[in-house]
Amino acid sequence: MSLSLRDRILVWSLRGAALVAGAIVALIVVFLFIGSFPVMRDAGLGSFFLDEAWRPTEQLYNLTPMLWGSILVTIGAVSLATPLAVLSALFCHFYAPAALARIYRRLIELLAGIPSVVYGLWGLMVLAPMIGLISAPGTSLLAGILILSIMILPTIAMLADAAISNVPRSFMYGCAALGFSRWTTIRRIVLPTARSGLLTGVIMGTGRAIGETMAVLMVCGNAVRTPGSIFDSVRTLTANIALEMAYATDNHRASLFVSGLILTAIIFGLVMLAEVLSRGRIYG
Amino acid sequence: MAKGRWNRWRDAIVAVTTWTAAILVAVVFVWLLADIVIGGIAKLSWTFLTEAPRDAGRAGGIAPILVSTALILAVCMVASVPLSLATAILLAEFTPADGIFGRVVRRSLDVLAGVPSIVFGLFGYAFFCNTLGLGFSILSGGLTLACMVLPLLIRTTEEGMRSLSDDYRRAAAALGMTRTTTIFKVLLPAALPSLIVGLILSIGRASAETAALIFTSGYVDRMPSSLWDSGRAITVHILDLAINVPGGTENAYATALVLVMALLIINSVASWLGQRWLRRSIVR
Amino acid sequence: MSALHEPVMTPITSVNGDDLPTPLRRRLLIEANCVTLCYGQHTAFRDITLPIEENSITALVGPSGCGKSSFLSCLNRLTDLYKQCKVTGSILFDGDDILRPNVDVLNLRRRVGLIFQKPNPLPLSIRENLTLPLREHGHGNTAELNRKVESVLVDVGLWDEVRDRLDSPALALSGGQQQRLCIARAIALEPDVLLLDEPCSALDPISSGVVEDRIASLRDRYTIVIVTHNLAQARRIADTTALLWVRDGAGHLVEYAPTREFFESPQQEITAAYIQGARG
Repeated sequence: MSLSLRDRILVWSLRGAALVAGAIVALIVVFLFIGSFPVMRDAGLGSFFLDEAWRPTEQLYNLTPMLWGSILVTIGAVSLATPLAVLSALFCHFYAPAALARIYRRLIELLAGIPSVVYGLWGLMVLAPMIGLISAPGTSLLAGILILSIMILPTIAMLADAAISNVPRSFMYGCAALGFSRWTTIRRIVLPTARSGLLTGVIMGTGRAIGETMAVLMVCGNAVRTPGSIFDSVRTLTANIALEMAYATDNHRASLFVSGLILTAIIFGLVMLAEVLSRGRIYG
Repeated sequence: MAKGRWNRWRDAIVAVTTWTAAILVAVVFVWLLADIVIGGIAKLSWTFLTEAPRDAGRAGGIAPILVSTALILAVCMVASVPLSLATAILLAEFTPADGIFGRVVRRSLDVLAGVPSIVFGLFGYAFFCNTLGLGFSILSGGLTLACMVLPLLIRTTEEGMRSLSDDYRRAAAALGMTRTTTIFKVLLPAALPSLIVGLILSIGRASAETAALIFTSGYVDRMPSSLWDSGRAITVHILDLAINVPGGTENAYATALVLVMALLIINSVASWLGQRWLRRSIVR
Repeated sequence: MSALHEPVMTPITSVNGDDLPTPLRRRLLIEANCVTLCYGQHTAFRDITLPIEENSITALVGPSGCGKSSFLSCLNRLTDLYKQCKVTGSILFDGDDILRPNVDVLNLRRRVGLIFQKPNPLPLSIRENLTLPLREHGHGNTAELNRKVESVLVDVGLWDEVRDRLDSPALALSGGQQQRLCIARAIALEPDVLLLDEPCSALDPISSGVVEDRIASLRDRYTIVIVTHNLAQARRIADTTALLWVRDGAGHLVEYAPTREFFESPQQEITAAYIQGARG
């Protein structure tokens, strides 16, 4: 393909722009490394996991309670949201009348657009006091799990919905012609065929849950300790950054950049996982 | 036949479970929305929108916050639209010839889409505020958000251009038009609907953002006099009133109501236009 | 022309103009009475009255869009899956009206198998394609299932081709093999009726011939209703042939007769013209 001079100028300028867009991730990683360099040099990587506690002003940088907080909140939210989201998608495809399915899809879309700070506000004012009735004060791991599962549900539900839409109609007709019950059709044909799409949805949901800041900050209580029960207060890595960045200096600030680096590494791993899964599909 | 009866029972159980899940999701959504409306409607008035906040936001309105938010969004769009347009054109029109470069750009955008907003905040703080010397300013906040919405904008634009029929390209090539002319005179106008939908969705995403803004555009709730001033975004205002200002709950609710209404309108318009203009909804 | 599969039926003597002849040689298994099917505002076919005899092959022929396939879908209520689809009239199957709302649809579909135009094996292994439907309808014994798998695959002439790879994906088979697997899958459920919706039209000529032979070989054990565009095929295998035609935007039944009579002395001008046209 030979291009005219104008075309070649265009392509090179487009490449320039794409390079900038593509380089942002690299730039983010570079700045996270630069930001975390001082504390890496002074304290070393091990101190983030082995120090006695998180007292950054006293050069103690143990991030594990926050890491546990992030992990527990995420696992809880994903395991609660996934079944609900998949059922929502099945509801739209197999159970709801067409008009209701359309309304329900719009509702899920709107749910996806509500800002996290509003979820947080609702969680703080409504959900946490209700949990507080069982075990005071209410701002807890449980509140975080519940709020996050509502927040990531639309992400998983929309991707599950899309994955189920991609199951060929001929499979459905085949199942119907053989007199399969609806559940057999769903469990043996629809869900296995849509599997890679469903998994991608769960991974995206996990990514959102682990990266979410504001809502968990508002409802989790933010005590720096590894929680012993779901009614205990927790602090996630993200909330830790948001809470302490405003006054952190020197190595304290650098250790917050380390948390950012950990978060980015987790997200990177999840994106790669999604990539591998979507390539490994067998049918359809 | 016993098996047939069991199948019917199982189908009924699954149907009840599915309906229950769907109703549960809908109830939570209505509950959340109702709570925001009931909590915020009393304070909401024209003066609330046009007055400056007083007494740390407990009294008065949110006029400067609205202005700051609008300015942040404007900066975000001015920076992100040209960049994402160029990248999308490259990916949609020139990548097959481009091989590895396109793949790398796309992959890095996938990762960028997953990066937690608080990490964007850290990056924006380190890069725009410190390295580029923009300080806590509307400019820093807008540019940080621009990095954040880039993947969404690029994907919607690219999909819009890819969905155009190849007949356009062939017809233009048969007329001896250069690729440049084809893109700017034929393809972009034809893809305009999806560009607009992508733009509206990005505005929605950006205005829902909090964590990326707290250390980039800052907390100052005065009316900004230039882009180099610090300005408090509407989400940051809600956060601040909810967790830092005792007695700020009512105004937090009223502000949240303003934001939720704006977002519902923005997302509904995008989805309505999307369904009208595009066969396949790209709302995700 | 081969006389191999000529229908063994005495032609019914002349009928005057509008009456449809009813060749009552065997028991009637299905009786469709004034069946009308609408998709929303559009009527696919109107007032079709068609008796179908037990253990015979009935061919439905006619131009595209005359409602042949839609009619088949009524016979096992697959129409329930189509949006805005409404069927009126009555269809007696073994004396029961299957259009009633409280019919056990799953059991009906077991008894009335449907083979689609495009082969549609499920995304499972060859074996599971056969065993899953059986398990679904209450056959649990593995040894029995394995015997069944072999016997139906022998019936459709697929056993020798796939015996060594029963656990490989069914979607890896060729088109003709897939279609025979679909027939095997349907007959494994021991249905009374097999509905075939242009089962050969998506296949190459050789596979098509193999599938057609298999269908002909099943004639004594099942009541078969086949939709086909191929008049020669109808003539070769069908005992009775019915012509549907579009009139006023909806399908109607034009003529229904034993196959030989249908082709040799059609009563309706449309039939004569259609046979002529398709021949020429």
